[in-house]
Amino acid sequence: MNGFEGLPLWISIPVALLVMLGATLTLIGALGFVQLSSFYDRLHAPTLGASWGTGAIILASSILATYLQQRLVVHELVIGLCVLVTIPVTLMLLGRTALLRDRTENPTALPEKMRNSLDAEDAAQQEQEAEERAKQSSA
Amino acid sequence: MSGMILTFALGYAQLVIAIAACLAGSRILLGPRAQDRVLALDTLYLTVMLLFLITGMRLGSVFLFEAAMVIAVMGFVATVALTKFLFRGEVIE
Amino acid sequence: MIRLIPHPLLSVCLVVIWMMLTAFSPGHFLLGSAIALFAGWAMAALHPPSIHIRRWSVIPKLIWTLFFDILQSNADVAKLILTNGRNNRRSAFIFIDLKLKNPNALAALAIIVSSTPGTAWVEYSSASNRLILHIFDATRADHYHHVLSDVYEPMLMEIFE
Repeated sequence: MNGFEGLPLWISIPVALLVMLGATLTLIGALGFVQLSSFYDRLHAPTLGASWGTGAIILASSILATYLQQRLVVHELVIGLCVLVTIPVTLMLLGRTALLRDRTENPTALPEKMRNSLDAEDAAQQEQEAEERAKQSSA
Repeated sequence: MSGMILTFALGYAQLVIAIAACLAGSRILLGPRAQDRVLALDTLYLTVMLLFLITGMRLGSVFLFEAAMVIAVMGFVATVALTKFLFRGEVIE
Repeated sequence: MIRLIPHPLLSVCLVVIWMMLTAFSPGHFLLGSAIALFAGWAMAALHPPSIHIRRWSVIPKLIWTLFFDILQSNADVAKLILTNGRNNRRSAFIFIDLKLKNPNALAALAIIVSSTPGTAWVEYSSASNRLILHIFDATRADHYHHVLSDVYEPMLMEIFE
């Protein structure tokens, strides 16, 4: 039906193992995504599927296609590259968004040192230092 | 022998990734907050893309690969647009 | 030369991706090169800061380190998720003072941090050069401090600065 019968074992076993590894990691990521209780914890769950879940599956697909077509087939790696570059952007944006929304809506849920943004904290510190300097110079 | 191993592995992977997609989808419904839903949408896009890749391997078809690639790019654009909306649209103004 | 190919790195990457997506044939090579050339000109019109890679020799080492780091963190995070509820794992925010200033190096660091399971990039302030990470396992805070400032940061500085 799909030409898998004639494959040698040294191709089919690594491909099978890689596919199963990738799929299982993706499932564990999704499981964690449902189980974990806070948003920031859940932010870590998709990276399992995005890193080795995707990596193992595209590697398996590439090996299989290369053997079946008798030429180097690496177009799957472009998908890997795409995911590798785009996932950090979405996760960073989501992390920043969640932090911003938590700070404006319910800052008490955040740890004490996280309630002000870094820039605001730096500005406050500089102001304080400037005040101290002014005090010292006047004294 | 080889055919049996690969058919089993690919069948298992299809099942497992379909379950993962359902779990990600359930988080879209559960929420509780907007950023959870957006993150769930991103995860759903990723798992469905993997499902397309595996189905493509099983059927030996190149077209599903191209679909997977389009999904990967579209998922990124959708998530960034939604996140930008959350970042600028609701809270600040 | 600079006028003709304003962004050589981008153009080479585009040709390589084009060749990966299609069959390796001279015709596709020509078509891909033409597209890469046009993309380079289009990019030049946007005036992005140019990328200067000082030392290419460090890049394979970086990729190699990252490969094993991602593998290791995948196993750790998967174990923690599977035993969730029975272990007393706690997550935490950690603050890291960075020495990197180059925007391209920071982008590379963001990719490294986000694609490694267990760490998430939450906030960065360019004024004070401080970074907030969210880590999945609070007991490994020292490990992440060490890995980021002693392993990845020197490598990125060698490559970009």
